[in-house]
Amino acid sequence: LSPRSHASMEQCSAIANAMVASAFFTAAALAPEPRIKHFQIYHWDPDTTGDKPRICGPIVLDALINIKNEMDPTLTFRHSCICGTCAMNINGGNTLASLNKLDINTSKPIKSYPLPHMYVKDLVPAMNNFYAQYKSIEPFLNKRDESQEGKEQYHQTIRLAILKGLLEHPIYIFCACCSTSCPSYWWNGDQYLGPAVLMQAYCWLIESRDEFTEDRPSKDPFSLPKKKCHTLVFKTSHNDSPHVKSI
Amino acid sequence: DLLHKLAHSVFLSRLPNTFPPVASYRFRPVFFCVVYWRLASNISTQYPVVDHEFDAVVVGAGGAGLRAAFGLSEAGFNTACVTKLFPTRSHTVAAQGGINAALGNMEGDDWRWHFYDTVKGSDWLGDQDAIHYMTEQAPHAVVELENFGMPFSRTEDGKIYQRAFGGQSLKFGKGGQAHRCCCVADRTGHSLLHTLYGRSLRYDTSYFVEYFALDLLMEEGECKGVIALCMEDGSIHRFRSKNTVIATGGYGRTYFSCTSAHTSTGDGNAMVTRAGLPCQDLEFVQFHPTGIYGAGCLITEGCRGEGGILINSEGERFMERYAPNAKDLASRDVVSRSITIEIREGRGCGPEKDHAYLQLHHLPPQQLATRLPGISETAMIFAGVDVTKEPIPVLPTVHYNMGGIPTNYKGQVITYTPEEGDKVVPGLFACGEAACASVHGANRLGANSLLDLVVFGRACAHTIADICNPGEKLSPLKPNAGEESVANLDKLRFADGSMRTSEIRLNMQKTMQNHAAVFRTGKVLKEGCDKMDAVYQTLDDIKTFDRGIVWNTDLVETLELQNLMLNAVQTINSAEQRQESRGAHSREDFKDRMDELDYAKPLAGQVRKPIEEHWRKHTMSTVDPKTGKVTLKYRPVIDNSLDAEDCAAIPPAIRSY
Repeated sequence: LSPRSHASMEQCSAIANAMVASAFFTAAALAPEPRIKHFQIYHWDPDTTGDKPRICGPIVLDALINIKNEMDPTLTFRHSCICGTCAMNINGGNTLASLNKLDINTSKPIKSYPLPHMYVKDLVPAMNNFYAQYKSIEPFLNKRDESQEGKEQYHQTIRLAILKGLLEHPIYIFCACCSTSCPSYWWNGDQYLGPAVLMQAYCWLIESRDEFTEDRPSKDPFSLPKKKCHTLVFKTSHNDSPHVKSI
Repeated sequence: DLLHKLAHSVFLSRLPNTFPPVASYRFRPVFFCVVYWRLASNISTQYPVVDHEFDAVVVGAGGAGLRAAFGLSEAGFNTACVTKLFPTRSHTVAAQGGINAALGNMEGDDWRWHFYDTVKGSDWLGDQDAIHYMTEQAPHAVVELENFGMPFSRTEDGKIYQRAFGGQSLKFGKGGQAHRCCCVADRTGHSLLHTLYGRSLRYDTSYFVEYFALDLLMEEGECKGVIALCMEDGSIHRFRSKNTVIATGGYGRTYFSCTSAHTSTGDGNAMVTRAGLPCQDLEFVQFHPTGIYGAGCLITEGCRGEGGILINSEGERFMERYAPNAKDLASRDVVSRSITIEIREGRGCGPEKDHAYLQLHHLPPQQLATRLPGISETAMIFAGVDVTKEPIPVLPTVHYNMGGIPTNYKGQVITYTPEEGDKVVPGLFACGEAACASVHGANRLGANSLLDLVVFGRACAHTIADICNPGEKLSPLKPNAGEESVANLDKLRFADGSMRTSEIRLNMQKTMQNHAAVFRTGKVLKEGCDKMDAVYQTLDDIKTFDRGIVWNTDLVETLELQNLMLNAVQTINSAEQRQESRGAHSREDFKDRMDELDYAKPLAGQVRKPIEEHWRKHTMSTVDPKTGKVTLKYRPVIDNSLDAEDCAAIPPAIRSY
């Protein structure tokens, strides 16, 4: 870090501390005084290109970890591995901190907020409602006769072209970026399932091995959980996957 | 839930005495307050403690934890699953390659060949009864996963696709490469965890998500439950149970560069150590040959399984020299050592000549897109490489811990004395990476870990179902059980020394990385032990900043650091004592394996060495948490399979690929 950038980091901390909002009560948590802390992270320029591995890596999560380690250990955010837990709003778009490359233009601050409408503390969102909605669509395989379970492979008849990107769960990581960038989900999050959960419901509807397709709660196209979709299709900044398009 | 919150609002008014018990709704919450007066600031900090009673408690909700939890719920046990992460965030999600099982979809196969490969892969430190159990159960475990809905990649005729993987052979090593790794493209772990999570929603397991387990509740050598911190509101919870299953994963974060998640901090191992119980074989740390140079992210062995090759600066496929038969699909420790030697001898790639290249662009792009989409993306994001055109820069990176909490093949935690042999610790079980059954011995084969998770997760559930019944009465627990854990928590929350958590953590990581890497020497290890001891003492001088109790990640990271330190001291001390090279533990000053007989020569006429004079034995390490002093004892390897007629044990031999 150059001395110049170090000084600006101190200013940044001071600004950040001064911007702590007052208590915000949510129904989800009766915890005392959850704070909403807005972070402006001023990026520092590496002195020369091609120098030795820097303390701060090239992604936003590295910057957050660096701030927590060296400047403000009270900064709170979730992070683990490629699991979707570090989802947050960076410069206006919902994305994963671990995949979002730092913009090396030092004149522009990076603004980091928690996912909209789901605050607990700092950059940590409350995911309980989201998880409960996922559970409600019954994301498991149901067979009429389960006495033979574990004995033989079931055959999957759906074609690989459709499988890819949808049924191979791989890109689906519960990050909630898409749902929390949907205005309809902001306004009716307690009733509308949101794009993420709807997409998973669709995957289970087209799963050929499942034998209870007709009885799935998500089958009814006119039910309230789906009716609230107005196809606004707000894009999230990392999500070019087929998921948003498929919905 | 509502009653819980009401109780909280009472606590906030700061009454110092005990509270009347609240009426029960599902379990009986009992409230008492532990009051600590901080003389300096005259603030009383209260730790409301909530008691829960369950038939079984599982700590950890990764592959092994979830499988154990819903296996227990399925068997009718009232089960709690305590986890510091939401289940789908567990590190299982990052596993890429696949899960081995002798299904025989690609060619004729037999689980006894898989058994042979695993025993050989473990360099004869694995317990053959546990390996027998795992490899025999493998086909059933994989079919069960598929029946749960796991979307395996398929062959043309709709059967589960199986790819080649490291160390897998046919006909006891004589029939060429085996294809027995079942996979979901290159995101098998992700798919497995999501499938298990979805399936677990069918049962009524009680999940306590974002509860950090602090310690085991042990009384008279029996485990009676776990005490945990609720991260959301700072309350303390005691989970009383007759059966506690530890499935907390590994501790890659003791090293500076690893493929592990930030949350892989060996909490279970540390809890067991603090309970005075031993951990086993912690010196065996697996270095995965292909972690991305710089970032440390994993590039799966499946790349080499699909035909990828490792090359040095001369463009040579150097693995042909080190492992003429298996080549790039030799066992991981062999490949890691080969890459390290190539770099050391000046044939490394890049401007610093300090890594190797993994080449995939000779494979058809269509195959890369179908079978390896995940790593194509990872290579682009973290190395800026287009795998259809350029090779990926790779370096051996810490990836897995073969060692852990010692168990028998049923998942019960054991201790050992030469007089009494293996003795079960009542009420305590372990499975997954946290456990050491030991199926992986001195080195784990790729795609055996996901198998280990589901087989032993299920085994723990079955063993508990065999030895007790749902609804059994719990033995009494001392009213102040868990007090020391809360005292420790309080001490850390208000710690005001001079060194930050991140500083001490970095010192530990750098020491481990420099002194206990792929190749180890006695002098360097001894220096490392001394440095690690010094770093351990600095824990007394730690400083934390966040004094709150709601979502205090500063506190949680400090607790995790305590856990990491206990794992690190045991790892480096065990490595320093083990004077041989076996599996992933490679000593430059003791290059050979030291077994009870010299298997490189004809056995006739040789005298069997007593256990004190050879190294084919498990290390059992304990630590005094106050001083950081490590004590080492040893335990023999189990050399017989579960059924000698069904599956003959494999006698030791020289290990070459």
